[in-house]
Amino acid sequence: MSLLQVQNLIVEFPHRRGTLRALDDISFEIAPGEILGVVGESGAGKSLTGASIIGLLEPPGRVASGQIMLEGQRIDNLSHEQMRHIRGRKIGAIFQDPLTSLNPLYTVGRQLTETIQAHLPVDGAEARKRAVGLLEDTGIPAAAERIDHYPHQFSGGMRQRVVIALALAAEPKLIVADEPTTALDVSIQAQIIQLLKRVCKERGAAVMLITHDMGVIAETCDRVAVMYAGRIAEIGPVHDVINQPAHPYSMGLMAAIPDITIERERLHQIDGAMPRLNAIPAGCAYNPRCPRAFARCTVERPDLLEAGATRAACWLHDAHAGAPV
Amino acid sequence: MTAPLVQAHDLAKTFDVSVPWLNRVIERRPRQLLRAVDGVSFDIGKGQTLALVGESGCGKSTVARLLVGLYEPTRGGLTFDGQDAHATFKSPQGRQLRRRIQMIFQDPYASLNPRWTVEDIVGEPLKEHAIITDAARLKDRVGELLDSVGLSPLDMVKFPHQFSGGQRQRISIARALATEPEFLVCDEPTSALDVSVQAQVLNIMKDLQRQRGLTYLFISHNLAVVRHVSDQVGVMYLGRLVELSGKRQLFGNPRHPYTRMLLDAIPKMHDIGRSRTPVQGEVPNPLNPPTGCAFHPRCPNANERCKAERPALLAIQGIRIACHAVEEGRI
Repeated sequence: MSLLQVQNLIVEFPHRRGTLRALDDISFEIAPGEILGVVGESGAGKSLTGASIIGLLEPPGRVASGQIMLEGQRIDNLSHEQMRHIRGRKIGAIFQDPLTSLNPLYTVGRQLTETIQAHLPVDGAEARKRAVGLLEDTGIPAAAERIDHYPHQFSGGMRQRVVIALALAAEPKLIVADEPTTALDVSIQAQIIQLLKRVCKERGAAVMLITHDMGVIAETCDRVAVMYAGRIAEIGPVHDVINQPAHPYSMGLMAAIPDITIERERLHQIDGAMPRLNAIPAGCAYNPRCPRAFARCTVERPDLLEAGATRAACWLHDAHAGAPV
Repeated sequence: MTAPLVQAHDLAKTFDVSVPWLNRVIERRPRQLLRAVDGVSFDIGKGQTLALVGESGCGKSTVARLLVGLYEPTRGGLTFDGQDAHATFKSPQGRQLRRRIQMIFQDPYASLNPRWTVEDIVGEPLKEHAIITDAARLKDRVGELLDSVGLSPLDMVKFPHQFSGGQRQRISIARALATEPEFLVCDEPTSALDVSVQAQVLNIMKDLQRQRGLTYLFISHNLAVVRHVSDQVGVMYLGRLVELSGKRQLFGNPRHPYTRMLLDAIPKMHDIGRSRTPVQGEVPNPLNPPTGCAFHPRCPNANERCKAERPALLAIQGIRIACHAVEEGRI
């Protein structure tokens, strides 16, 4: 059974002049222990997907329809109080900026033990012992002393390790990590990525890794979902999506990324820009920019179709219709 | 052979970040000096691109500002087309020099005045330097400049907020080109942009360089982008250059331990599954740098000399490198 199932999720932002549909019928699953990457450019909806799952959608944003199931139980329609128990215990969160993820007024130890005791039936001494263990496991040197330090006494990379420790503290099955390494230096990024992979695999925790950095996805994830204009354009095993993308947007994206291992005279560019939420084209949202669009693309919106090793929301892969080759 | 267009000699910039005098006296705290740039030298030939890379605190943005005259160097200097740039900036000829050197900034949202139309923004340098005084001709020229960066001349009536990040960055480029400069200092020009937009902007910059023989100093923390745009690459660490060589050489055979670790640390799209040793430690506090070679606490090849003696940037086997271990032939 999959750990997380998102089915036909629609997230809307109602406001005076109408309703903006920010996530339009998203469906995907995460298996226990799997690392799923969610990649896309600004405005594609990847952070919003993470926020919907953790239950941290900013009002007036709301889940308009669809379901989010965690271990077979529906979590999108829970009350605030019920979600509070799920968050931390079943789902851990890691955000981009470690400085704002930690409370500056409490020691790191206090924040860890508070989370542990809120969700697990242990006493103070045991909680502290586990907290020290977590800090050691995430590579904080002299953990037994540093547990009583405040966040400002840690460097950026160290703080992010503390945030990872905090996310794992109540032993969740799923971690949602939204751009966990973007604010860090390159050399620290590598350390944090390795750490995240290791501690999650050791604990059997699944990860939803949201980022715009394809290199991070390539090194960390098992599968990846490419998002565009509030929809999933392609989803599949990471090697296949990177090396043999089936959706024209994925193809364009992979070709546009400068890679350190290959030198190219000119970077492939996708002309135009992602459409605004109030101006999403009919049919396939990518059709105005797509070099292979044909008539059907402008009227009918494609579902995710089987496309070799991946699934792509593209009519080119509809085996039944006579798509131009 | 003509001298390089841009020559930096031993550029240094120190900032006094001490707490106020009264606090120093009462709390008995010493002065605090931040050596943001501590002796950087390089040459850039006409039509070439030198990329400066490094992590936070390495001083690359400060070097950019020194080069355009936004900061006065604490030590050392810059020679542009044979003349002492900072002395010229202060003289009556300074305005002429400022037409020849222009800058593109990182944040496309902060570098354009939100209350001005694009026409005013791109036309400002033309008016300021009295390059064009006739209003109709000015409008035409702004239209040409917008066209050269892939925007429509009709866009000149709009305000910055009506454009996306990538488009704003193109407006910045159009503005920088208004004075027909020879040298462009680009401080992380695509870091705030999405990948597909970055590709558009980088392609435009390369095209313009080819068409107009522009010289670039390109600052970035993204080595993949640097690989795409540069001819020469300089790696900076805590205010100093540790390695300076041609692009092919740097990426093909990096010599300095920091360069190697940096290249190794970058997440790569196509080398999937390769395990590697991540860099140990973090960049030290620039207010309190290590003795000797600043990289020694993190270097697997450090010896006693490295802890005591700061390595000079030496020419070794066709590259410039500051490393005792390389000089001694240990690596």
